[in-house]
Amino acid sequence: MSSLEGVSPALIIMIGALFVPLLRGQMRNIYMLALPFIGFAALLSTPAGDHGTLQYLGLELVTIRLDDWSLIFSCIFLLATAMSVIYAWHIDDWVQQVAGLVYAGGAIGAVLAGDFVTLFMYWEATAISSVFLVWASRTQASYRSGMRYLAVQLLSGLLLLTGGLVLYAQTGSIRFDFVGLEGLGGWLIFLAFGIKCAFPLLHNWLEDAYPQATVTGTVFLSAFTTKLAIYALARGFAGTPELIWIGATMTAFPIFYAVIENDLRRVLTYSLNNQLGFMVVGIGVGTELALNGTAAHAFCHIIYKALLFMSMGAVLLRTGTVNGSALGGLYKSMPWTTGFCIVGAASISAFPLFSGFISKSLIITAVALEGHFWVWAILLFASAGVFHHSGIKIPYFAFFAHDSGIRCAEAPRNMLIAMGIAATLCIGIGVYPSALYALLPYAIDYQPYTGAHVLTQLQLLVFSALAFSVLMWHRIYPPELASVNLDTDYFYRRLAPALARGAGRVIMAVHAGLVHTALGAVAGLARVSVRHFGPNSAMAGSLTAQMLIWTVGTLAVLLLLLY
Amino acid sequence: MEEKQYWLDSKDNVKKIYLGVWVACALLLVAEPFVHLHGHFPVEEWFGFYGFYGFIGCVGLVLGAKALRVILMRPENYYDE
Repeated sequence: MSSLEGVSPALIIMIGALFVPLLRGQMRNIYMLALPFIGFAALLSTPAGDHGTLQYLGLELVTIRLDDWSLIFSCIFLLATAMSVIYAWHIDDWVQQVAGLVYAGGAIGAVLAGDFVTLFMYWEATAISSVFLVWASRTQASYRSGMRYLAVQLLSGLLLLTGGLVLYAQTGSIRFDFVGLEGLGGWLIFLAFGIKCAFPLLHNWLEDAYPQATVTGTVFLSAFTTKLAIYALARGFAGTPELIWIGATMTAFPIFYAVIENDLRRVLTYSLNNQLGFMVVGIGVGTELALNGTAAHAFCHIIYKALLFMSMGAVLLRTGTVNGSALGGLYKSMPWTTGFCIVGAASISAFPLFSGFISKSLIITAVALEGHFWVWAILLFASAGVFHHSGIKIPYFAFFAHDSGIRCAEAPRNMLIAMGIAATLCIGIGVYPSALYALLPYAIDYQPYTGAHVLTQLQLLVFSALAFSVLMWHRIYPPELASVNLDTDYFYRRLAPALARGAGRVIMAVHAGLVHTALGAVAGLARVSVRHFGPNSAMAGSLTAQMLIWTVGTLAVLLLLLY
Repeated sequence: MEEKQYWLDSKDNVKKIYLGVWVACALLLVAEPFVHLHGHFPVEEWFGFYGFYGFIGCVGLVLGAKALRVILMRPENYYDE
């Protein structure tokens, strides 16, 4: 495979995607599935270091920088691409297929980028291609949501480019290494990453757009954008203490929304946001254990989150809805999907023997080792909360709860295969963590399976399950209701337009008042003029008086005409 | 044709699961003295800390979220422009 040495996996997939419309039927699917594998072969045959360097406007671009960080993220992105292609095997919509592949390739290119200009170009490529996965739902709501999503993504790109240029002006280098919160450039880049990472208050594009995407589009979306941001943040801002509290907030506040949200794919998006929080905390702590935790958690998270979105996508495909209020009892119709969903739920909840257990604990242990007691307490609370809304609520309301009476077919076979692969990986990594640990950026000496760790984690989770059961049993648990909940999108979807309309009304009122006053003044002036200079006045007949009358009259007519 | 009856369709069986969760919690507390706990913070040494913390945390989460509905919840067509 030496002929692939130094060939960018990103370009293999992105350029390869352009030929998708030329192929038909199974050939197209097989071709699409082959692309990530060829990309993987290229990755394996490329040694660590810089490749694909080129000069552009006097700048040195490094299109492939292969090191421990970019390797693990490229691997998981390639894996996610393959799983997403299998999951989408049944669709025949070249727009989604091309967009999905270009998007995945763009994310891989961004992870491999060694400089800010290359990073920016791939960053924008992911933004522009991914919006088509939202628009492909072809509804009015998805169109509007996609527009908002695109605006936010492009803003992030603009901040990144500006920040990169500011840094270039200062240092003369566009190389993307540690940035840190120093000066304007650092802050701009921090903000660019923060938007894409869905920091608190910058987050709502995520919960807005992802549930609007197509059944298969959301699976693609869940894997790439935000984890690209995690990668970029880890590369540029490891050990930035501000991130500890930002991340802790991210773990805690979306879960309140997840409890009361009715759209189960939006519940998953809130929990995605919460999972990113754990990774951000790891980056903020910045020790080797913590950063390993972030990389490991991103890896595991991509798989189990995709699995959960796959299961809810299958429900949406078969029943036409993912609203908790309309579902229930689907385990009778979709037993396999139910089982796979439970594996994803157990993984995100970090049950022993499932993948989340061996990755999240790295971060929580690192936090404890650094003595951040309150952050540790928040992460523990958020862990219990994740189990509560993702681990129990999702499978419970979709597949169990009261029987909705819906009887449908099991998910298509290709979806079951994709879910089966993801579920196998979730369990495989959980049972045998050494394989993943070997791929982490730093050497690791950590044993997740100690008696104390297993027992305390089981206590945390099973007592959380008890809380759910008790609240359900006594009918205290808030029922699923057909509703929307206000989030920060309120500010730009309702408040800003309302303010604009209000401001418009105020301007019109002030304007009308001014015109009225002006006209009154002109009329008054005219009356005064007539009194002093009119035919019966002392000044009658003088040239000045006539001129004045004409001037005032003309002005008055002009004013009237204008308004 | 009569639809197949599933095990979970019976209320008694649902109750069995409910009681099973209680039993599982009790067993996890009983097991604690047999495991050497080595926490980073003193609270981790408290008996059943993780369990009680998870229980209280989740009840607080649900009640807090339920209360937030008063402020946050809007009809489904709220954003229909």
